[in-house]
Amino acid sequence: MSEAMHECKHNPGFCRDTLIPQVALITDIRTETPDVKTFRVERPEGGKLFEHLPGQCAMVCVPGVGEAMFSITSSPTNKEYQEFSIKRCGVLTEHLHSMNAGDEILVRGPYGNNFPVETELKGKNLLFIAGGIALAPLRSVINYCLDNRENYGEIDILYGSRSADDLVQRKEIEEVWMNTPGVNVHLTIDRPQEGWDGHVGFVPSYLKELAFDTNRTAILCGPPIMIKFCLQGLKEMGFAMEQVYTTLELRMKCGVGKCGRCNIGTKYVCKDGPVFRFDQVDELPNEY
Amino acid sequence: MQRLIDRAKALLESGEVARVLGWRKGENVWDVEPAFFASPEELSDFVYNGFCGANLSKYMIEASKLEGKTLVFLKPCDTYSFNQLTTEHRVDRETAYIVGVGCKGKLKIENIDAKGILDVQGAGYPDASEILTVKTLYGDKEVSYKDAMLERCHVCKGKEHMVYDELIGESVDTCDGDRFAEVAKIEAMSPEEKFAYFQSELSKCIRCNACRNVCPACSCRKCVFDSNKFDSAQKANTISFEEKMFHIIRAFHVAGRCTDCGECSRVCPQGIPLHLFNRKFIKDIDSLYGTWQAGAEVDARGPLTNFRTDDAEPSIVTKRG
Amino acid sequence: MLKIKRSDLGTLFAKIAENNELYLPVKAAGKTNFAAWDQDADVDLDTLKTVKSPKDAFFPQSEGLYSCDREEGKIKITAEKLQDAPFVVFGIRACDVRGIAVLDKVFLSQPVDTYYAARREHGIIVSYACGAPETSCFCKVFGIDAAQPEGDVVTWMVGEDLYWDAKTEKGQKLTAQVAELLTEADAALVAAEQEKIRSIIEKLPNSHLSLEGWGAEAAKTRFDSPIWEQLYKPCLACGTCTFVCPTCQCYDIKDYDTGNGVKRYRCWDSCMYSDFTMMAHGNNRTSQMQRFRQRFLHKLAYYPANNDGMFSCVGCGRCVDKCPSHLNIVKVIKAFGKEGK
Repeated sequence: MSEAMHECKHNPGFCRDTLIPQVALITDIRTETPDVKTFRVERPEGGKLFEHLPGQCAMVCVPGVGEAMFSITSSPTNKEYQEFSIKRCGVLTEHLHSMNAGDEILVRGPYGNNFPVETELKGKNLLFIAGGIALAPLRSVINYCLDNRENYGEIDILYGSRSADDLVQRKEIEEVWMNTPGVNVHLTIDRPQEGWDGHVGFVPSYLKELAFDTNRTAILCGPPIMIKFCLQGLKEMGFAMEQVYTTLELRMKCGVGKCGRCNIGTKYVCKDGPVFRFDQVDELPNEY
Repeated sequence: MQRLIDRAKALLESGEVARVLGWRKGENVWDVEPAFFASPEELSDFVYNGFCGANLSKYMIEASKLEGKTLVFLKPCDTYSFNQLTTEHRVDRETAYIVGVGCKGKLKIENIDAKGILDVQGAGYPDASEILTVKTLYGDKEVSYKDAMLERCHVCKGKEHMVYDELIGESVDTCDGDRFAEVAKIEAMSPEEKFAYFQSELSKCIRCNACRNVCPACSCRKCVFDSNKFDSAQKANTISFEEKMFHIIRAFHVAGRCTDCGECSRVCPQGIPLHLFNRKFIKDIDSLYGTWQAGAEVDARGPLTNFRTDDAEPSIVTKRG
Repeated sequence: MLKIKRSDLGTLFAKIAENNELYLPVKAAGKTNFAAWDQDADVDLDTLKTVKSPKDAFFPQSEGLYSCDREEGKIKITAEKLQDAPFVVFGIRACDVRGIAVLDKVFLSQPVDTYYAARREHGIIVSYACGAPETSCFCKVFGIDAAQPEGDVVTWMVGEDLYWDAKTEKGQKLTAQVAELLTEADAALVAAEQEKIRSIIEKLPNSHLSLEGWGAEAAKTRFDSPIWEQLYKPCLACGTCTFVCPTCQCYDIKDYDTGNGVKRYRCWDSCMYSDFTMMAHGNNRTSQMQRFRQRFLHKLAYYPANNDGMFSCVGCGRCVDKCPSHLNIVKVIKAFGKEGK
């Protein structure tokens, strides 16, 4: 590490400035679905890039191609690496999908706040609701809770996607989550499909069928339309907005609440979020 | 001005037009803004004076998409832009009710060399006098109307409206200069002098895009300089050529379509004489293909989008250097 | 209080430049902007407002962050060198000094922007009182005194003398460097000049603009107001207001291909631009009305909510002078004042 790159006196954990990334080696790429891959990254000399908390994000950059914010999908309890589950949907993600293990990228972070796993969520029954790629930000929380199982009550995971092929982390869901005591996994897909004997239907309607009692905290993430109807469903079940958490996504550039892109009302989603409780979301101007 | 307001009121009340596109009074006499008026009551803020330089044609792109006709006030020079936009199918002639307004030259507040200006008397319409009385915090001052005019008014294309439904108000000829004199001066420079000249002017550019956004010829839905698919989306100058590239590419894009309305130079916060690029093109087109005025008529085929067997041979163009 | 003859300012600038980089208002191609001083510079202390504010000195319109090169397939990152030499910005007006204080709250709050912090650490501000305020000025509204700017050194032009008053340790250090050129002066003349300036400011048309209803509460009470829809229409969606503004701090981060690597730089950006919030899958502000509202609510509501009520406008009036459509923050403030909501 050169002189200029020594650790920053202002910003512990970062090389000199929060805008300067670290070189990260891709050590593994798993194909989750036809358009989602999970990338495992480490320092080139081995070891984790940085410590993070569940729900936090990082900027992933391919020099000359682009840079974007992704949630860190691996749990902080993992001591060896970080993972990002990335859907192919733009110039940068297209390029990332064409890369191989052994390639180098740039990563800076972690940015943003985290799910309050050590405070508000501790000791609670938890209900995770996710649709499609939105399992990525929740996976770090779920695995954190599973690794600290004694600190949480009953855990329900409701996860749906367009088809069985679009379910991310299916191996982990089936081999680990489904086999952990006190964890109930409810999978659903939008339309019937050969070889699928599980539930069929949209996440919001499955949520209603499952009719959870309100003695739990819900963590909700998915496409805007799913969030809208799930939130409606939770309200009908009697959930208070203070009992429901989500993560927001907006255009971000700096990650530290300065460049102005993700500013909504008095909040910067990159710094004050991405995790918000719904009563806090309601306080924001309707621009997200 | 009252005649304009009365006519607008009448047309709004009769339902012939759904809205009026004109100019609204500012906080001061000079900070007049382009504005839509939806009701006769709102017209109490309508103004037409020497500071109504803004060309309203470009706002007709959006207004064309609205329900009902829009009454738009156009000065003689604005009508060229309107015709050009109609030719390019960016504005629908049928959606506009054009009231051609008289023009006695438009003013640029920066040209009134006085500090702390509180009021400018004599800029009203139709009573524009030859002398402006400028009230300032530091005393009063007289400035000749001509000296305070926009550059473009000194080389006015003429006070005839190229398109209108009706005309209101008299015009006064303001042309007292040679439109191509500046261009000829630059043409006479050595390559080094030219480079130094443009370098000094263009290095002031802050890439605010005001010239592009105000330009009636720049009507692309997505500008190449806003696209993130190319390296062209630079918002700042990474290399010394960048600022020139933006302006040169823009000049090429509007070549043959630019009516020389002068809005680019009017709005530039750094006072860059951007119109000179366009005038150079116009001058060359005139000499190579015969005199051509974009926007003089609708659906005319400009020399750069038309092929004739007697067109200038490329070799002639090359030889000119 | 010290002073120097106006006619000796060239010598003063040369002396300052011996030990510091020096930036000051320079007229070039007809317009005055802050620029580096050299012997041939056409220094212009008479123009009240430079086109761009002096924020460039601390937050340049475009600056390198790091470069990225490939060596044998490996990526090597080289961070841009931080400012490490002293520099002087001479002739900053009171409003623009406050503008820097506004930027400080953004860039020096956690996590600290080290590029900016290094420039603030090494930068010395020599401010300059406004002898002849203009109609578009409304700094008084934000509690700024154009007759007594903040700064490391404060200066006034009274008659044919520049009065010089060091206010901070940095300012005293600079004063020591140029002490041989300065002579003791009578502060009474400065006080009289200040009175004159303040009496002009009292007469400015917007000196008593009411900010009632703005501040943190406006984030809620004024977001859904129909007034925005009426106000924004002339907006051309250009970035003039943003780029001449001393407090706008939004930026973009971009790559520049150097041939065998990439230089990553940041440059000013504008929330007025349509692609500002564009993402791969959508845009949360799709209309110019929303973007227009964002800029003004940010200055008059969101920023004050996060910074103890401090507004992110200093009343310099540049947007008043420069907006191609003559929209500006004064019109916005007044429009809401009129409607009383």
